[in-house]
Amino acid sequence: MNHILKFNLNGDAVEVAVKSNEKLLDVLRDKLGAVSAKFGCGVAECGACTVLIDGLSVRSCITFAVEVEGKSIVTLEGLQADGPTQIQKAFIKHNAFQCGFCAPGFIMAATELIEKNPSPDEEEMRHALAGNLCRCTGYQNIVDAMNEVAEDNKGGK
Amino acid sequence: MKEVLKVVGHNAVRLDIVEKVTGAAEYTDDLAFGPNLLHMAILGSPYAHAELISIDTSEAKKLPGVKAVITGEDYPEKFGLYLKDKSIFPVDRVRQVGEQVAGVVATTYEIAKAAVKLIKVEYKELPVILDPYDSVAEGAVLIHPDLGNYVIEPWLEAQPGTNIGHLRRIRKGDIDKGFAEADEIVEGEYKIPHVAHTCIETHISVSKFSLDGRLTMWNSTQSPHTQRNIMAVALGMAHKDVRVVAPPIGGGFGGKAGISMEVMAAAGAKSCPGHPVKLRWTREEEFYNSSQRTGLRNKVKIGFKKNGKIIAFKHEMFWDVGASAEYGSNVVNATGFSATGPYYIPNVYIDSKACYTNNPTCSAYRGFGYSEFSFGIESTMDKAAKIMGFDAVELRRINAIKEGEGVAYGVAMNPNGMIECIDKVAEEIGWGIEEKSDDPNKIIAKGFASVWKAPAMPANESSSAFIKFSEDGSINILVSGMDLGQGFLTAMAKIAAEVLGLTLDKVRVELPDTDRNPYEWQTVASHVTWSCGNAVKRAAIDAKNKILDTVQRAHFIDKSQLYLEDNGVKCTTQDSFFIPFSDFVITGIQTEHNTWVGGPILGSGMFMPEYTNAMVDPKTGLGGHPMVHYTVGAGAVKVEIDKETGRMKVLKMAEAFDLGKAINPDLSKDQINGGFVQGLGTAMWEECIFDEKGKMLNDGFTDYKIPTIVDVPRDMKPILVEVPQPDGPYGARGHSEHTMIPVMPAIANAVANGLGVRITDVPVTSEKIAMRMNDPKFKEEM
Repeated sequence: MNHILKFNLNGDAVEVAVKSNEKLLDVLRDKLGAVSAKFGCGVAECGACTVLIDGLSVRSCITFAVEVEGKSIVTLEGLQADGPTQIQKAFIKHNAFQCGFCAPGFIMAATELIEKNPSPDEEEMRHALAGNLCRCTGYQNIVDAMNEVAEDNKGGK
Repeated sequence: MKEVLKVVGHNAVRLDIVEKVTGAAEYTDDLAFGPNLLHMAILGSPYAHAELISIDTSEAKKLPGVKAVITGEDYPEKFGLYLKDKSIFPVDRVRQVGEQVAGVVATTYEIAKAAVKLIKVEYKELPVILDPYDSVAEGAVLIHPDLGNYVIEPWLEAQPGTNIGHLRRIRKGDIDKGFAEADEIVEGEYKIPHVAHTCIETHISVSKFSLDGRLTMWNSTQSPHTQRNIMAVALGMAHKDVRVVAPPIGGGFGGKAGISMEVMAAAGAKSCPGHPVKLRWTREEEFYNSSQRTGLRNKVKIGFKKNGKIIAFKHEMFWDVGASAEYGSNVVNATGFSATGPYYIPNVYIDSKACYTNNPTCSAYRGFGYSEFSFGIESTMDKAAKIMGFDAVELRRINAIKEGEGVAYGVAMNPNGMIECIDKVAEEIGWGIEEKSDDPNKIIAKGFASVWKAPAMPANESSSAFIKFSEDGSINILVSGMDLGQGFLTAMAKIAAEVLGLTLDKVRVELPDTDRNPYEWQTVASHVTWSCGNAVKRAAIDAKNKILDTVQRAHFIDKSQLYLEDNGVKCTTQDSFFIPFSDFVITGIQTEHNTWVGGPILGSGMFMPEYTNAMVDPKTGLGGHPMVHYTVGAGAVKVEIDKETGRMKVLKMAEAFDLGKAINPDLSKDQINGGFVQGLGTAMWEECIFDEKGKMLNDGFTDYKIPTIVDVPRDMKPILVEVPQPDGPYGARGHSEHTMIPVMPAIANAVANGLGVRITDVPVTSEKIAMRMNDPKFKEEM
């Protein structure tokens, strides 16, 4: 049974036919072409599928698509409508990723953190990103980049 | 005159970071294949070892939307990289839980999954072997009764009539005499479990047979040309008609080397010409059906002279390669040659046995067996140091192999910075300085390990490269090495830029596509910087020669006076002479007669080591030259352990590796950090746990815990040592895998140093520390 789902994706109103059991990740990737969110586990254990729903980071692989009716969703594609964000620039400067498959999820989780807390200390930051798995980097460059973002934001926002 | 390098050896932002941070990188699953795309699902065996009595696919075929159901009946032939013991779909028996018994292609994945449930299979259970000791026991059931009939590489020694897929022996010197002359003999027995690569991107292949008969595969792979070769041979097709495209890969670590599930996608596609067919592993399938790291049970016996020198060394390794040894046999082979560790030893006895079990198949995993065997050697070295009253680091310095000394198979050791690595790590970790925790319930301890590793490759592995200039003087480098995240693209760009006097912004390096990019064996063995780097350097020199020829012919300047710098050609005798590449690398140079000289500049290069020889005497392992060179290094940890709960935290790590020459020092340090943390997972938490029937009990990230950003040390000190490799590009040799090898023994040695408890089976969990802390069975003198 198809349902016509309406929500906002990266600033645009979208309408898409979905089944009641379809996951948001699959709808974004297969029906709307927003492929930055990745499939890594399908059960919310790795964080590669993280997107923002009304500003909150959510695992799209266990979110039913029908749950986002009327909501506003941002994926990595939409985050950089005005060019790379402060977080992206820091990740580029610090060579923060290796294979890069986990990068979109990390960036979404980091975006939520910096929105809430523009200059987290290192332990706050590590705990905020602990749900995103990376097998390549040992996380050091991600930490260095995020520390720089936090430092730049001190006394700012 | 010492060459002044402008690009190589300087840091740079990696070439592929922008596409990865912006989400522009399109991994295989991100590619659009249109509504014609079909999906494939697999039926996995519930049994670890069983005869296949019958398979009934009739109900599955009737389900609307199902396009094809494939079983072993359709593909009776065996395949494999080194030992053809694997079935695309099995014909008569299954050998591990999850082994793919049948595949369904359908219009949607849901329909394919539903059809899989309609396949009826009758099995007859066979005895299950899960431990390599049981595999080699008298009267053990044979997992591969047809081993003697399999097609096998000539340098492998299968033992038909047993469960041993390959046996590599080393017999150097006189082992009995060596032990007789020893003043102290120290022994240990160790156990390493299976672990999983856990790339965040699971395996995926999209395969298509076009209606004119071509096969195209888009695979997440480390081995596009090797996959093309295996597919072309298996299907009886011309290589030119098989195309493997390798989009960006979401992690490899050896797990995507060779070929595994991709053959099933191709089989699915063959049944449905004109349709791309996608097969993507779930996380559970990724644990079972890709490959795991070899398990190991090993016995180490080391004889020392009073002065600390090792005089005799015996190492028996029983490798749990799982249900297939098609790739794992080479892990067994490589470690058989090298399982002395980085020490000079006159008398060596090694037996390295590939033991078939009914655990999931094992293949390449970062470190290629060296992590597993180094745990036993480095634990035994620490134990010996205490017994003999040596400092553990000093004992390693005393025995460190020097350039020119013979390795286990007799060939002279390459130039290396072993002592420098040991000393730098010892200094960075504060070796010998006692530290106390502020918490009286906690102790602080340090552990150390020295390691080495050689690339494990066929003797005639090879690489090649094309370089082509464009109108603006920029270049595209075509190679078939894969950027797994290690920075391969950036390294190749820098090597070419250095030769051609280019700035890095003028260089692109293309990911593999076997139609377009020249041959590369595989991106494994930490060898592409060395091997493909040599090919790229030669291609750049070829292009440079064409540039110089063109300018010489147009301007009548002898090319010995010309050199490349600042994206153009300069002259040593005329300061004002400068022709930018953009003036002529496509158009050529116009003469005074308005004719043109030159043409599009291209370079090609190839590389193969021409001194290697895998054909050793099977009885002794001597007489060949199976390895090209070793990369050496050392690692240490500082840990804090709660004396009541056993809870351990790694406060600091230091690792040093001699990579010959760091093409990009920052990215090399990233390899040390990343490899250390992957090693940390295997040292402290990671283990594939099986029940008595071979079913994996922790096939997800909740129960199979890999390190998170919270679990890693806050202080990580990667150190680069540079003793040039004579045949490496700018002196470089590989070091990416090596970085995880010291971690398991360093952790166990730290626990022994801090608490006097020797843990001989990884992972070194808090639970094991707490349970064994006061158990005399595990006591080691401090």
